[in-house]
Amino acid sequence: MRARVLIRPKKGILDPQGQAVEQALPALGFRGVRNVHVGRLIELDVDDPSEVPEMCERLLANPLIEDYEVVEA
Amino acid sequence: MSGSATARHRELGLTDAEYEGICDRLEREPNAVELAVFSLMWSEHCAYKHSRKLLRELPTEGPYLLMGPGENAGVVDVGDGLAVAFKVESHNHPSAVEPFQGAATGVGGILRDVFAVGARPIAVLDSLRFGELDSARSRYLFDWAVKGIGHYGNSVGVPTVGGELYFEAAYEQNCLVNAMCVGIARREQLIRSAAAGRGNLVVLLGARTGRDGIGGASVLASAELSEEDASKRPSVQIGDPFEESKLIECCLELLERGALAALQDLGAAGLSSSSSEMAAKGRVGIDLDVSRVPLREADMEPFEIMISESQERMLCVVEPGRLDELLEVCERWDVRATPIGSVTGTRRLRVFDGDEPVADMPVRALVDDSPLYDLEPEQPSEPLYPEPPLRLAADARAEETLLALLASPNVASKRFAFEQYDSIVGSRTARRPHQADAALLMLERDGGSGALAVSIDGNGRRAACDPYTGAAEAVLECASNLACVGAEPLGLTNCLNFGNPERPHIAWQLTRAVHGLRDACLALGVPVVGGNVSLYNEGGEGPIYPTPIVGMVGKLPDPAAAPRLGFAEEGHTLALVGPFAPALEGSELEKLRGRLARGLPRVDLQAHADALVRLRAAVREGRLATVHDISEGGLACALAECCIAGMLGARVSAAAAGEAELFGEGPGGVLIAGPPEAVDAVEGAEVIGTVGGDALEITGVLHVPVAELTRAYEGAIPGALAA
Amino acid sequence: MKFGVVRFPGSCDEIDALLACRRFGDAELLWHKERDLGGVDAVVVPGGFSYGDYLRAGAIARFSPLMEAVIDFARAGGPVLGICNGFQVLCEAGLLPGALLPNRSLRFVCRQVQVLVENPDTPFTRACEKGDLLSVPVKHTTGRYYAPGILEEQVVLRYAPGQNPNGAQDDIAGVCNIEGNVLGLMPHPEHAVNPLTGSSDGSRLFESVAVPEAPASAERAGVGVVPAA
Repeated sequence: MRARVLIRPKKGILDPQGQAVEQALPALGFRGVRNVHVGRLIELDVDDPSEVPEMCERLLANPLIEDYEVVEA
Repeated sequence: MSGSATARHRELGLTDAEYEGICDRLEREPNAVELAVFSLMWSEHCAYKHSRKLLRELPTEGPYLLMGPGENAGVVDVGDGLAVAFKVESHNHPSAVEPFQGAATGVGGILRDVFAVGARPIAVLDSLRFGELDSARSRYLFDWAVKGIGHYGNSVGVPTVGGELYFEAAYEQNCLVNAMCVGIARREQLIRSAAAGRGNLVVLLGARTGRDGIGGASVLASAELSEEDASKRPSVQIGDPFEESKLIECCLELLERGALAALQDLGAAGLSSSSSEMAAKGRVGIDLDVSRVPLREADMEPFEIMISESQERMLCVVEPGRLDELLEVCERWDVRATPIGSVTGTRRLRVFDGDEPVADMPVRALVDDSPLYDLEPEQPSEPLYPEPPLRLAADARAEETLLALLASPNVASKRFAFEQYDSIVGSRTARRPHQADAALLMLERDGGSGALAVSIDGNGRRAACDPYTGAAEAVLECASNLACVGAEPLGLTNCLNFGNPERPHIAWQLTRAVHGLRDACLALGVPVVGGNVSLYNEGGEGPIYPTPIVGMVGKLPDPAAAPRLGFAEEGHTLALVGPFAPALEGSELEKLRGRLARGLPRVDLQAHADALVRLRAAVREGRLATVHDISEGGLACALAECCIAGMLGARVSAAAAGEAELFGEGPGGVLIAGPPEAVDAVEGAEVIGTVGGDALEITGVLHVPVAELTRAYEGAIPGALAA
Repeated sequence: MKFGVVRFPGSCDEIDALLACRRFGDAELLWHKERDLGGVDAVVVPGGFSYGDYLRAGAIARFSPLMEAVIDFARAGGPVLGICNGFQVLCEAGLLPGALLPNRSLRFVCRQVQVLVENPDTPFTRACEKGDLLSVPVKHTTGRYYAPGILEEQVVLRYAPGQNPNGAQDDIAGVCNIEGNVLGLMPHPEHAVNPLTGSSDGSRLFESVAVPEAPASAERAGVGVVPAA
């Protein structure tokens, strides 16, 4: 099956990419945008979806600075 | 001719006459694959239809020349058994569409041209032009082009050691991204691209082939850009510097082992151009089987495979007996290697899809026998360009004028750009950007002595005033930057960026510029070793300034003796040397005043050539601490730059303190500073003052603290981007 | 004294590190696929973009066979120096605390900076004194150090006031593990060993480990020392 992993910076860690996007959107005329964070998406076909969290712990995310969320695609 | 074929060839950028020419050479009509291949091979970008005849006028002989125009890069002898390969190439149209990838793949492409001749890339320089920074679009293109160059160069591990940046409204719709690469090789490792040896295997190395840049070369580079840019985005090439770094090491090891009979990079028009060019040079034929090409996208058609511009691929020719060795080396470097064809005696490029023949074309028709057009130059009677906007009042005082010039983006510090480039990887860089007028790369690590000096220069606005003199000045400027560090020029590469050559006044600009380039090279005794032409840089608002860009490589014996740009010590004597005859025509000050001259003062090329030889000798004595060529902004700006770089002021007595003397521009002026005895010993040095204090003072004219000069100079470009 | 300099696909400064090490002892390259450190006395993990910086800088490199050997070597007390991308690899491998985040400016920065020696008691800083200022270049996009809870004695180098190029926590430029034998730093000492290409202050880090008995000296000119046999 196809798994989808969303990786985002942990709360509290300075996210200058998120800030840059948050500042750029109003310049294009979009109002009311707050709390922007930029992360990564990893998509993979797997035989055993139960292994995906361990993949995240060991390689796909760095648990010190990132949170991950596994969703079914 | 069938109706649909007629429409198709025009869609691909071929004229009716060109289509007839293809039919003549094939002795039949071309099929779809052949038409696609011809449309690219006969595009301006690949065939140089409008420039090849003119370029033959450039001097290509020189005492250090090892490989001249026609190979992937020019090569010169630098002594100690070493050779230096270098070339400059444009990637203008792709960068206007997608600046990050356009600039990145421009770097990737020029790196491949250099290691295709067997040289390890050791430096990159970039010459960039955008519209004025008041324009959001130009800020965007500038920002992302710099990021793209940094991304590629830094990741691949080749230092970006120099470059130049200009901002003019004439480039608003057509930015210029010219990338230069310098590489080093032992002489015996140099390899040519001519395919050889009937029965030898043609092997494709590197990345898989996808739909990158399909139709890129002919569609983008041979046509003026218009509103449809967004629809061209899907065909932009994406670069992978990691893949390239593996490819470089792999190819260099194969060459060291003598395992290759020929090597060629895949650039514009992909497999079509590299295979046909290899075959043409070797006077052989090549058979290719597209079904063997590793693909990134499913269901690619044969014509797509032949013209794809997927990056990070090389084509090589290897004897069958050495294939296993080649595959083993490639495996070790994790580089894909796939035999896809063979060298034949047919002098034709034959393309198969498995067993099925899909194209069969004579190689000569694709490469040497493409149409060539005569330019029809006509000097314009009306100005071609609008005058620039007024930015400085006519009655501005000298201090205000100096600060306005230092804050003008063409003069201001380029630190914003060069700090995004790794300028030191490789441990060769003895002068980083802004430390001297040329970059210095030491040769000790490669078993050589001394150092290379490299610079890239050009001034489109001055060429717009006078294409002949503007082009000649670019050559002189480049040679002067080399002389300022004590280097003797060994060879020159050039990129000619112009508008639509079918328009007579552009043809005139191109012709005059090439003549200026020719005459300056002859006066200096420096050969043109290779280069590039980028035409059709025009939009609805008109053509770019005629922009001949010159890159030069020189050698100096002792890098430890090389001076710097900044003032070094309180009490040093400051002097001016050289045949400097500054004038306001074509200057930055004239631009700030909202004017653009027609014509530039005549330049005595031989007098300048002689002066450069004397300057070089004086610098090589090793006793001058500061040497700085005077360029944009004139004498006052050059003095300010020396103060800012050295964090030290100067007291200058200006005997003639008119505007032309202070802010006028032109070739030949060089500032020198050092211990009094050292400066006095320089023939023709005119002492103008002393280094010291914390301000730049020109007696009776201006007095500005160095801190204020620095704020204006360093703050200009970051300030413009923050807008 | 034999140095081993690790080479990954995508390493950029491994030859620079090799050349720098050779001024102070013998040095050889260690290929990422090998498991054998070849009896080296110290390991250098160099700068660059190993594996293209794919996924996260250093994330893939740290699983290479050679890194497994380096981890064993470090756990046994062997001196390991991680420079820039090497620092990233050592953090990903768990040999050093913390992680490197994108520069605050979101841009690559190549610049000469001054760093303060905070901890002269590591194998790599023994030739320095606390408070020494070293001029060394930085060149990176992902150098903002983040390590909640790191102990002050693990902070080995700090950017001098006003010189933090990337927003690193507490101006931290280099850290060591609790045992003190593993040092990671963002600046590039291998590019500061030759006055012709910049400063030679970086020499002190190589001297320190090459000649363990070298006395610390603030006046030292930073020129190469004859290595022990």
